[in-house]
Amino acid sequence: MAVYEHTYRRYTGAVTPQWTRFLVVARYIFKDVFQSKLLVFFFALCFAFPLACIVTIWIGNSEIVEILETGAIDALDIDAAIFKAFMWVQGGCAFFLTLLVGPGLISRDLANNGLPLYLCRPISRAEYVLGKISVLAILLSSITWMPGFLLYALQSHLDKDNWMTENLGVLTGMFVGFWVTILVLALLILALSAWLKWRPVAAFMMVMIFLTGSFISLVLNGLFRTDWGHITNPFQLFSIVWSSLLGTEIPAGPPVPLAWLGLAALAGFSLLMLHAKIRAYEVVR
Amino acid sequence: MDPVIELDGLSVHFGAVKALQNLKGAFSGRAIGLLGPNGAGKTTLIHTLLGFHKPATGTARVFGNDVRRQDKAARALIGYMPERDSFIAGMTAVRFIRMMAELSGVPAAHALERAHEALFYVGLGESRYRKLEEYSQGMKQRAKLAQALVHGPRLLFLDEATNGLDPPARERMIELIREIRDTDEVHVVLSSHLLGDVEECCEDVMILKEGEIVYHCNLEEERRANRKFLELELSGSSDDYIQAVRGLGCECAPHTKRRLKMVLPPEMEIRELYRLAAEKQIEIRHLDYKKDSLQDIFLKAMNGVPANSQQSGATEGSHGGL
Repeated sequence: MAVYEHTYRRYTGAVTPQWTRFLVVARYIFKDVFQSKLLVFFFALCFAFPLACIVTIWIGNSEIVEILETGAIDALDIDAAIFKAFMWVQGGCAFFLTLLVGPGLISRDLANNGLPLYLCRPISRAEYVLGKISVLAILLSSITWMPGFLLYALQSHLDKDNWMTENLGVLTGMFVGFWVTILVLALLILALSAWLKWRPVAAFMMVMIFLTGSFISLVLNGLFRTDWGHITNPFQLFSIVWSSLLGTEIPAGPPVPLAWLGLAALAGFSLLMLHAKIRAYEVVR
Repeated sequence: MDPVIELDGLSVHFGAVKALQNLKGAFSGRAIGLLGPNGAGKTTLIHTLLGFHKPATGTARVFGNDVRRQDKAARALIGYMPERDSFIAGMTAVRFIRMMAELSGVPAAHALERAHEALFYVGLGESRYRKLEEYSQGMKQRAKLAQALVHGPRLLFLDEATNGLDPPARERMIELIREIRDTDEVHVVLSSHLLGDVEECCEDVMILKEGEIVYHCNLEEERRANRKFLELELSGSSDDYIQAVRGLGCECAPHTKRRLKMVLPPEMEIRELYRLAAEKQIEIRHLDYKKDSLQDIFLKAMNGVPANSQQSGATEGSHGGL
């Protein structure tokens, strides 16, 4: 029977497992995300530095370069510091990719009262947010720890010594550090997306939170002649946490546990904002 | 019939505001009209049944599923058409409806087929590839109905389904609701402040006032009950006539010499009165047979006049209608 001749009938077939429902949310967003040419271009650009790193690692392990004895080999020592630089560049890319993708993730649903349509189905508020976060998590993972793992694998393969076992901390540090970054960025932009329906404003606010935090940290450090002012600077907090995870020199700022606490507070505050806003009904006060 | 909705002392509070108070009852009607003035608690009741609000006291069950503890199981059986405009901008209707079906657990391939079906069913087949924000108000309402139906729910909540529709669009929507009701595959709960909508679509009516169920009845039974009461004006001597109608089991009370008030037995038809009048050569000049309209029932409920159906709140347990 043709589709248009069907009358109402109940669906009696098999249903998908409950735990996969949040992926439906993510899958539909992905299709929209990659319709933006700007985003596709930027996403491709995010792989430029990992490619440069691959070349660097190859050169660093190349016998030809070694034979030339240019002295460049020493400068190209592949160690935790190189991976920290990688984290800085790719972390920056993740920040800008979040600005491009994140602001519309929830605001689009809220703008036209779409939330009740999600939440009147067998999907919880947490699963809805998980679906939205997974969009950013997948995108950001593909430009952060995934290429990082590739670099680590390449260096481990090319280096004939015990580089892999000696630098296992780099692998775990990079993985944990990037996931901390992804979660904090994703939660923050989702919270802003939930509260600010106009996308450019949400993106602007995200930038302002980071810039204002940096500015306040400078003022506090200057006023009180301390380094603890960096507690308000998310960039510095990331840097401290990454350094501690990679085992490199820890930059000036509050102690490592406090830096963790600062990032946790930012993520916690974002969660609270999401909790207050992600509701199937509008709270009229 | 197993109850569709069970309310067991259900109360919902928003701070100091008591939105719903001690609602009780088991409802199994095919089409239930939820009536009440603005702020009576109609939407709050629907939201609570969808698990959006946590009950302050009591419980509610949908097809036996507790709306708090088994909220997902309950919601899997429900389709919901919200009152306000609800859609996701930038999506075509068919993509939107398909996504909603998938969120309800319909596999992707089936979801696409059902999305097309649902859109054809509500009359949006030709415009299913248009973006939702380009739809007119009537089309948006029908798209909302399609998303509520797409996963084949057993219970459909329609919150002010005819809001903002012009008369032809309203007529089409009412027709659709009746059609859905008559499939016998789905129970419909229609929340509205438009009595006409409820009267045209629903068999049962629940009237809410200030968060309490003040009245519930089966409309048809209510009408049948009211058929008994008549007022007649006769010409000529009415004594023989009164005796004759009493002989048929009517209760008869002469108001004046020519005016009578009577209560007919349930099985007796009004034409019997005319037949008797012809036999006794009496002319019936005026017969006032006033059937209670839903408006009368509603006004009685609002004014707190007890009607001859079950009074809510006190009624517990399952019964045929509401």
